[in-house]
Amino acid sequence: MARETNFVFNQTPQVLQKKKYCRFKKHGIKHIDYKDKDFLLKFINEQGKILPRRITGTSLKFQRKISVAIKRARHLALLPYVADGLK
Amino acid sequence: MNQKHYESVIILTPVLSEQQMQDAVAGYRGLITENGGEIVHEENWGLTKLAYPIDKKGTGFYHLFEFKASPEFIAKWELIFRRDERILRYMTISLDKWGVEFNQKRRSGEIKASSTAKEKKAVLNALLDDDSIDTED
Repeated sequence: MARETNFVFNQTPQVLQKKKYCRFKKHGIKHIDYKDKDFLLKFINEQGKILPRRITGTSLKFQRKISVAIKRARHLALLPYVADGLK
Repeated sequence: MNQKHYESVIILTPVLSEQQMQDAVAGYRGLITENGGEIVHEENWGLTKLAYPIDKKGTGFYHLFEFKASPEFIAKWELIFRRDERILRYMTISLDKWGVEFNQKRRSGEIKASSTAKEKKAVLNALLDDDSIDTED
């Protein structure tokens, strides 16, 4: 009996999620351009908020660069500060 | 002289005529060269829609300057922007070596809006990988 419960607890999840990776590291992108608004759109949600690393899989180094680039684009009115239904 | 690489974007009011806009830009261009700077690249994006209204204006003339200048010049340069009523918004950033390299490639057309030949492919791939972004929490 005891063995059976143990077994249930240690069970690995049936569906393994695909491993996330940092697209900048993978493709060797060194500089993130704040002028390229279509590219930055991929890192914000439809309200115009910056997506967290845990969703995009970006490494910390590039997440910082993205967030700076997005903030620069917002200042220049290339991206909105607040939006509704951006995508 | 100790010079750094800078990039400035200015947004001019849409109230100006095409000619007035060109004059304003020419004035700023002269300012860089007069102060011992060197213009590397310039881009005019024309009348562009703003993502949100600035001073109750929905559009603006965007102009990009990429130039080399001494750090002392920047304070002077931005002060003039602040005093100029034709300017809705401005931003100056200093470029690191990657930024300079990126801009060179962008100019030579190796990258269309996004990245180098290699990186362009990379960005395409990244686009294809997009589903990895939206689906999971």
